[in-house]
Amino acid sequence: MNKFFLYYSIILTVIIFIPLYRVVKGPTIFDRMLGAGAIGTKTMVLILTIGVIFNRFDMFVDITLAYAVLNFIGIIAIAKFLGTAKSKE
Amino acid sequence: MIGELLGIIAVTSGAFFLLVGSIGLIRLPDFYCRSHATGKSDTLGIMLVIFGLMLIEGFSLNSAKLFFALIFVFLTNPTGTHALINAALNSGLKPWFKKDMAEGDGRCTGK
Repeated sequence: MNKFFLYYSIILTVIIFIPLYRVVKGPTIFDRMLGAGAIGTKTMVLILTIGVIFNRFDMFVDITLAYAVLNFIGIIAIAKFLGTAKSKE
Repeated sequence: MIGELLGIIAVTSGAFFLLVGSIGLIRLPDFYCRSHATGKSDTLGIMLVIFGLMLIEGFSLNSAKLFFALIFVFLTNPTGTHALINAALNSGLKPWFKKDMAEGDGRCTGK
């Protein structure tokens, strides 16, 4: 079980690096924010997997919940800022 | 034993959906199409992974916390994507149509 989750976390790290292309090379700022949000939601899964590997699952579940709240608040704040900045003109 | 087997199957299929969402984020031509990829596939993938970890963990306090994380992701991930699309539409980002591809050089990258 531990070995399976070790290889699983390695594959997940490769999957996390794919949206980084969209963050670096996105045509608009919304594409960059979308890529950043995708990276954040995949990092939640990576934190859970690391908790299984280290046998400290109870601590890493709380970290995952806090990370999900922070990611959601960040995306909502950026969307509010970008949506109202241009529509005032 | 059967719970662990089902959990491993659910976790692996969740990783498959995460991979599909990442590839769609790169390959699709427009911001709106890309948000379609990352808003639905990523939500399903993360929910499958958390459900598989619940099956592996069994019936405990950690499983209840994972259930709350599943409900939270199910509510907030499409909401964040929708807020971002709403901001893009308010600030005047034009959607991509198929006739834009014919006049260009054939590449399908949205401006």
